[in-house]
Amino acid sequence: MNHFWIILIGALVASSCSIVGCFLVLRKMSMIGDAISHAILPGIVIAFLLSGTRDSIVMIVGATCIGLITVFLIQMFQNSGVQSDASIGVVFTALFAVGVVLISLFTRQVDLDLDCVLYGEIAYAPWDTLDIGGMNLGPKAVWGVESIFIVNILVISLFYKQFKLCSFDSAMAAALGIPVAFFHYLLMSLVSITTVSSFESVGAILVVGMIIVPAATAYLLTDKLNRMIIYSMIIGILCSSIGYYVAYLLDASIAGCMIMIAGLLFFITLFLSPKHGVLLKKWKQHKIAV
Amino acid sequence: MNIIALLQDPNTLWILVSSILLGISSGVIGCFAYLRKQSLMGDALSHAALPGVCFAFILTGTKSIFYFLIGAIIAGIIATISIGYITRKTRIKQDSALGIVLTVFFGVGIVLLTQIQHSASGNQSGLDKFLFGQAASMVQSDVYTMAGIGLFVIAICTLFFKEFKLLSFDSGFAKGIGLPITLLDQLIMILMVIAVVIGIQAVGVVLMAALLITPAVSARYWTEKLHVMVMLSGLFGAISGLMGTILSTQVNNLPTGPLIVLAATCIFVLSVVIAPTRGVIAKIVGRKKSKNAFLKQHIKQSVKDGNVI
Repeated sequence: MNHFWIILIGALVASSCSIVGCFLVLRKMSMIGDAISHAILPGIVIAFLLSGTRDSIVMIVGATCIGLITVFLIQMFQNSGVQSDASIGVVFTALFAVGVVLISLFTRQVDLDLDCVLYGEIAYAPWDTLDIGGMNLGPKAVWGVESIFIVNILVISLFYKQFKLCSFDSAMAAALGIPVAFFHYLLMSLVSITTVSSFESVGAILVVGMIIVPAATAYLLTDKLNRMIIYSMIIGILCSSIGYYVAYLLDASIAGCMIMIAGLLFFITLFLSPKHGVLLKKWKQHKIAV
Repeated sequence: MNIIALLQDPNTLWILVSSILLGISSGVIGCFAYLRKQSLMGDALSHAALPGVCFAFILTGTKSIFYFLIGAIIAGIIATISIGYITRKTRIKQDSALGIVLTVFFGVGIVLLTQIQHSASGNQSGLDKFLFGQAASMVQSDVYTMAGIGLFVIAICTLFFKEFKLLSFDSGFAKGIGLPITLLDQLIMILMVIAVVIGIQAVGVVLMAALLITPAVSARYWTEKLHVMVMLSGLFGAISGLMGTILSTQVNNLPTGPLIVLAATCIFVLSVVIAPTRGVIAKIVGRKKSKNAFLKQHIKQSVKDGNVI
């Protein structure tokens, strides 16, 4: 049963990450996902200090606030003339440093280990179950990531057209009267919420990987946004199930193996994709030359 | 503990010297990364170094910074080649390519790390500490290695200053006059990897990215000249190293790495606010001045035209 729970948690995290990831990859903002997932560390610590619990809505609120502040700061420095990648780097490392200092300052009060925040330990997630009135409703993490998954699906499908237009042609979207800035921050809130909810079960690195890698793989497979989202979700689910069994066989980090599989799938697609694969392009060129 | 007593403690002195050296070398090489729009390459390289370090440990069985360096350089070169390949051959943009390489390499590194931990060879403890950095755990021989490597990085940057400058501002022209740009490109990458690896041990993977970028961005605010920028960036790096280390000895239980980064961030914020011509204050003053000049001009013109104001 535990195998099932772990794969389910992994699959839910992977699918919610890859949904938002598709938009980030298309908008050339992949590294913002990386930045947010590191920068929300102080938000998590502060929320934890205030509320005293690990699985609280306060933590998601705290992290989302810090996530939005991160995006705002990056935008601000960019507007004042710093290159965009440099402003991302400066902001997220500074916030991450604040988080690490906070953890060390309150290390006795906080049962929050840096290792567990960065790696996460999905293997322990099934043991922490949700009990209501003596009834065992399965692991808490499942309920957490599942609700975030539903939120992501709902928001993206409700505003699908707006998100699509903002990603491909934001000037056109603005001209049509779509509040581009609002959707920008809405997407960033989704990224923050997704990151924090996945954080404690799978760790920051898996989240960043699942945001970027399946979406980029799907980007090599199709030209249609709706297919790209579906493909990236399928790839995410494949990664979590194959990755879990590889980890089980090797007795290694589950999150690490899931990313390794994601990398492998990307590698295969890079060469063999029917449309944008390197080998096929070469073959076509060869045929034209002949 | 006051500062003078602090400097008499040889252990603290070593850590202080190596933090300053680290600050200088990463500040200097970071300038070129910033100008070449590769600021996040430091982040990617510091994550990509992990599998290299793990392989080096698996193959040699020792925790020596020298072998780690070789492993990390090899991993770093593979990472930069992969990023370049993905960006050139597919429609995936550089930021996504960077992210893919960063996370996949780090994922492989974590898998190797867990394998090492499970293999129970007694010597492995502390390898995970390597990830987050512990300046306090550095010993004298580490400091010698760091000093040597830091000086090497600075020497190469001085030696190839003209070439690097040309490469950063106009790589097309550099190619045109026959400079081996791929080689120089790879040389800058290797210097970055070296700075990153000596830095990881002191400040950790994530924060090492900050030491490459933040001083360089701060220095950019003060000058338009590359050699001044490189020197300033090295100086800012050194000050951050100094301040961070001293602070961490004054306050109990605080790790050195994040404090060094926060010191660098303070310098950055100061630069944003008070730098001449590019800073926020200078911009506000400049705007007011030009507005006043415009109004004066307008009034003069109106008086000349005989209009009633």
